[in-house]
Amino acid sequence: MTQNTTILDYFNLFWFAVLPYLALFTFLLVTIQRYTRRGFTYTSLSSQFLENKMHFWGLVPFHYGILTILFGHLLGFLIPRQVMLWNSDPLRLYVLEVTAFVGGIFTLVGLVNIVLRRLADPRAKVVTSTADWIVISILLFQVSTGLLVAIFNSWGSFWYAASISPYFWSLLVFNPNIAYVTPLPLLVKLHIISAYFLVLLFPFTRLVHILVVPNPYLWRKPQLVRWYWNRRKIRTPEYLVKRK
Amino acid sequence: MDIRSQISMVFHLDKCIGCHTCSIACKNIWTDRRGTEYMWWNNVETKPGTGYPTKWEDQDKYQGGWEKKNGKLKLRSTGKGRIIFNIFHNPHQPGLNDYYEPWTYKYDELFNAPEGNDQPTARPISMITGKYIDIEAGPNWDDDLSGSPVYAKNDPNLSALTAEQKAQLFAIERLVFFYFPRICNHCLNPACVAACPSGAIYKRGEDGIVLIDQERCRGWRSCIAACPYKKSYYNWNTGKSEKCILCFPRLETGQAPACFHSCVGRIRYLGVLLYDADRIDEIAKKPDEELVEAQRELIMNPHDPAVIKAARESGIADDVIKAAQESPVYKFVKEWKIALPPHIEFRTLPMLFYVPAMLPVMSSFDGKTVKNMSEGLFPDLDKARAPIEYLGKLFAAGNNSKVRYVLKKQMAIRTYRRAVTVGDVDMETAERMLLEADCSVQEAEAIYKLTSLCTFNERFVIPPAHREEAIEMMKDPLEHKQSVGFGFREEPKRGL
Repeated sequence: MTQNTTILDYFNLFWFAVLPYLALFTFLLVTIQRYTRRGFTYTSLSSQFLENKMHFWGLVPFHYGILTILFGHLLGFLIPRQVMLWNSDPLRLYVLEVTAFVGGIFTLVGLVNIVLRRLADPRAKVVTSTADWIVISILLFQVSTGLLVAIFNSWGSFWYAASISPYFWSLLVFNPNIAYVTPLPLLVKLHIISAYFLVLLFPFTRLVHILVVPNPYLWRKPQLVRWYWNRRKIRTPEYLVKRK
Repeated sequence: MDIRSQISMVFHLDKCIGCHTCSIACKNIWTDRRGTEYMWWNNVETKPGTGYPTKWEDQDKYQGGWEKKNGKLKLRSTGKGRIIFNIFHNPHQPGLNDYYEPWTYKYDELFNAPEGNDQPTARPISMITGKYIDIEAGPNWDDDLSGSPVYAKNDPNLSALTAEQKAQLFAIERLVFFYFPRICNHCLNPACVAACPSGAIYKRGEDGIVLIDQERCRGWRSCIAACPYKKSYYNWNTGKSEKCILCFPRLETGQAPACFHSCVGRIRYLGVLLYDADRIDEIAKKPDEELVEAQRELIMNPHDPAVIKAARESGIADDVIKAAQESPVYKFVKEWKIALPPHIEFRTLPMLFYVPAMLPVMSSFDGKTVKNMSEGLFPDLDKARAPIEYLGKLFAAGNNSKVRYVLKKQMAIRTYRRAVTVGDVDMETAERMLLEADCSVQEAEAIYKLTSLCTFNERFVIPPAHREEAIEMMKDPLEHKQSVGFGFREEPKRGL
């Protein structure tokens, strides 16, 4: 910090250099603590059983939309050079931008349907906790700001790779360089800050279900049997002798 | 040969009086918690009827069980490939309305109502939302054929009957029904296990009980759609699936499961079967009409020295083998062949077998006198009130000869016992009937005894669970000495 630091600089420092670490470490510590101590609470908490129709129009567009968007953000973070190279052709840039925007619209439509469903259906309402409403509100804010950024600060796939990606990398190597983000428009800043809040609250909410997506299922054997002993060994004479 | 032991069951439908004592015993022990109010791990259905959940047998609706595709077994509902697309919204999952919305009554209103001209009433309120509801369905809503033009008419098994047979089945004064108690079948090729994306459902190696690991269940709900018998249920409160656990804490301490123990008609039998796990896949792929016989082939003879040797090699204890030799289930299923699996065409190889009910027409009323319908003790099987085709669809994947065999044997045994005790049937006829029914006199006596005069210990031959060995294999048995607490719950420690 130079001698001309203003209150605004401290604000920036907090939002973009302190909050991310606070969020990340809370995320890591509490998810592990929750998994080992209260692993029972790791579930999708699905309410499809109670309301089976509107569920489709909320959950399906939301999940497909947000997975597309998250994947896009991840690509921009991991391989910014390749993304920029891809964008060097206008047509390819359009394809990427439109895909991302459609993904965002899907997420928003899904979220709105989720809110309507949880308000309109008395059974779905019963199983909606305060934490759920908080998560939904932040997500709504997150997606809305994202879509607004896409509209008012276009070609985000380009400048994200150029400025936000290096900022994230600077955070990751514990050498935060907030100069990348301070000049960005307010809308973008709000989008980033609300993302940190999502990460911060993640371990305390139903969002933990993301961590237990069933990937081993795809390559495990269909039938599972659990043995409490080694059945080839247990009745052999050597083993029986050893046990006595 | 990979011999495993399986705790299996037989329900003798001729003895079931439809009292629902089993359901209540189960409910009181296991499913009276929030989130489980609608669950009946044990339920008793009236057949013909649509059952619980409504039309569970209709796999075009629910997509449960397995199907054969290009010589391979595939789950009809969400299998490996499709889970990626169906995990957010399972298209085949039954909703609460397919069961019923559980309710209670506002009993306080009976006592707190102000004085007035009308009787106070206790209005029904939903046990989920707590709001007033209009009851539209409930447990056993179609019990004893109530509302049969609406419910029983839609029984999927009726598709095997001709229009004439259907008309007869529901004709006034010819109406016929029997009870069909159902619990989890603890299948050998369970669809729920194969469908679970989290790997939370498993078969216990030592006794084949199918359980859901509550710690690992993540509420992806695939098992509910995959189980063709709809015996896996979603707890909407905890966000986990639950199912019949065959009262394993009771079994491990040598007690019969609650529904077995409480059965008033003593219709239930429980015992060990030894089977060859290497052949499950091959057997489950047989054509529909061969499935009943193929499943019997899978069950090994516990008296055969080669089987005993193989069983010992795979770690089955001698007292479990002994229990298998005394198993009443083995006798009913394999020796006497009078117990059949329900809907084996779902290919999960259920290990709960049923002795189908005999429903003969005994007499008819022509307006003036009651006439005996036949010259013998029982009329011809094809004149029985429940058409063979119906029972064949339910218990033999359409192979009616299997049902015919069972009913013929039962009829012969009754005739024989009538000859012994009453004497109005001559012994020669009875013995001829036994011969035709593929039954010796000794076998008839044995079936009679195990059906009518069975004691508690003859009905339930429970193998020792050998939990002590499990502990010794896993860890030092003295590890928990001088400490408190088991399982996943937090240790009782003094606070920070």
